[in-house]
Amino acid sequence: MRTVLDFEKPIAELDANIEALKRITAEQGIDKSEEIAALERDRERLLREIFRKLTPWDRTLLARHPQRPYTLDYIRVIFDDFVELHGDRQFGDDGAVIGGMAWLNEKPVMVIGQQKGRDLKERQRRNFGMAKPEGYRKALRLMYLAEKFGRPVITFVDTPAADPGVESESRGISEAIARNLREMMMLKVPIVSVVIGEGGSGGALGIAVADRVLMQEYAIYSVIPPEGCAAILWRDPKRAPEAAEALKLTAQDALRFGVVDEVVAEPLGGAHRDPLAAAQMVKEALLKHLPPLQKLSVGKLRESRYERYRNLGVWTVAAE
Amino acid sequence: MQRGWFARHRRSEELNLDEMNDAWVKCNGCQQILFARDFERNLKVCPRCGHHHRLSARERIALLADEETFVERDAEVVSADPLGFPEYVDKLNRGKANSGLPEAIISGTCTLSGIPIVLAVQDFAFMGGSMGSAVGEKVVRAMEYALEQRLPIVICSTSGGARMQEGLLSLMQMAKTCAAAAKLHEAGVPYISVLTDPTMAGVLASYASVGDVVIAEPGALIGFAGQRVAQQAQVIKPPPNFQTAEFQLEHGMVDIVVPRKELKHTLSRVLRFFTGG
Repeated sequence: MRTVLDFEKPIAELDANIEALKRITAEQGIDKSEEIAALERDRERLLREIFRKLTPWDRTLLARHPQRPYTLDYIRVIFDDFVELHGDRQFGDDGAVIGGMAWLNEKPVMVIGQQKGRDLKERQRRNFGMAKPEGYRKALRLMYLAEKFGRPVITFVDTPAADPGVESESRGISEAIARNLREMMMLKVPIVSVVIGEGGSGGALGIAVADRVLMQEYAIYSVIPPEGCAAILWRDPKRAPEAAEALKLTAQDALRFGVVDEVVAEPLGGAHRDPLAAAQMVKEALLKHLPPLQKLSVGKLRESRYERYRNLGVWTVAAE
Repeated sequence: MQRGWFARHRRSEELNLDEMNDAWVKCNGCQQILFARDFERNLKVCPRCGHHHRLSARERIALLADEETFVERDAEVVSADPLGFPEYVDKLNRGKANSGLPEAIISGTCTLSGIPIVLAVQDFAFMGGSMGSAVGEKVVRAMEYALEQRLPIVICSTSGGARMQEGLLSLMQMAKTCAAAAKLHEAGVPYISVLTDPTMAGVLASYASVGDVVIAEPGALIGFAGQRVAQQAQVIKPPPNFQTAEFQLEHGMVDIVVPRKELKHTLSRVLRFFTGG
């Protein structure tokens, strides 16, 4: 079942009409090509119109769109010869975090990302993309491996949050995230992170400390989900659209605050309408940002990573 | 051991303490009515059940710093409203009124049992001790000063987590504070993290968890997600002591759980291991 968001419905109707005309052409041999072309022009115009005025809440829904490409979809297109590696060597293997060795245009890289599931069974196996401590520890283990052999790290961020359950608490979810934040800051190889869907708070940040942070056009990045924010602010999760507005969670906002370095464009109508093209755009962005980082000395690389984070934040000086 | 420590800081009394009048207080743990004087003399720990009530930042500084040695730093760094977030300015003003402080953390230098340190203490009465850009900046400046002077740093946390009203900028303070903690780590400057009631979410999942030694106060609420979220998330029933200092000790996340009246002495013993000899 394809999911159609409310604001996508006019497009879906046009798509159905175009399909019907194509069927008539095929079945009855009647030439409807002119009508089809006209409808397709309408469709594109409508898409442009709708996507020009998306609200932050629309973008939140797009970032969570069930047909949106996930980390493994991007890996398949962007990299060659991906060898997935498993486990944190301490407790287990977390299905919500995948990682492994891969080649980006003939250059070896370590790829790590949060992974959501498509069907019910896979969603459960992936825990809806919510990583447990062993997921963050697996990610860190692979980063150390990359560092040992001088391979850069690329991470894909797509999680509603870190797993908040009792088990995760028992195994130190906070410690696992905090350690990653500190260790990624010190890693001696370049790190590029791409927010491809939901950048859910500390759970996202736990694999997203990087020299360059890229963010897809319709991804979101937030300190709290809009529903949670609305529940706290107005005791009403239904006011999530307002909260999404207030939280400034869009890619453009993140760029403005210096949290991300580039917004990576998506195909018209969002990545889910053309996953291949979306992956190509991400690949081009990676190829643009990674090579200059690989030319830096370790000292310079880490110093500029520190400065990047050191300067984040907006505060003021008290008048007195 | 800390005579007069509270008398000097009467004004910033804890809010959720059900005060009957000046002479009597009710314990939040056992609900017993206590002599205010006994309660205060016992560092706001219930003499009957041992419940540790929250301290204001000023009270905790008075508890830990040698008398007259605390010199505040970076007091001018305060919150802005970068997102134009609904009701944030009001909440900041209320936080200032509730805590008597300009921001949710105080930092500076002092000696602790004669050992020179950098000390930063959060205050729950200021917007739940939440971490926005100003708190992050003050934590980082304190760490950078500790690095520059090669002084051990002690940070006492009490916080609901990252401050929602500054959105992504608050989230980034987690990375920013851990960046400074990374520098301390590499330089071998000791960092002691003291977790007090409550230390949650974005603060626990950043600088509060990366201390060389992590100390907690008895009964303190320490955890990642709010209890409700944690329980909804899984079929596994949380144990009765879920997300307490004792739970975190049992699961290996905390080095020592120390009663308040021994906190200063324990800190001095820990600090001496790193700086003495």
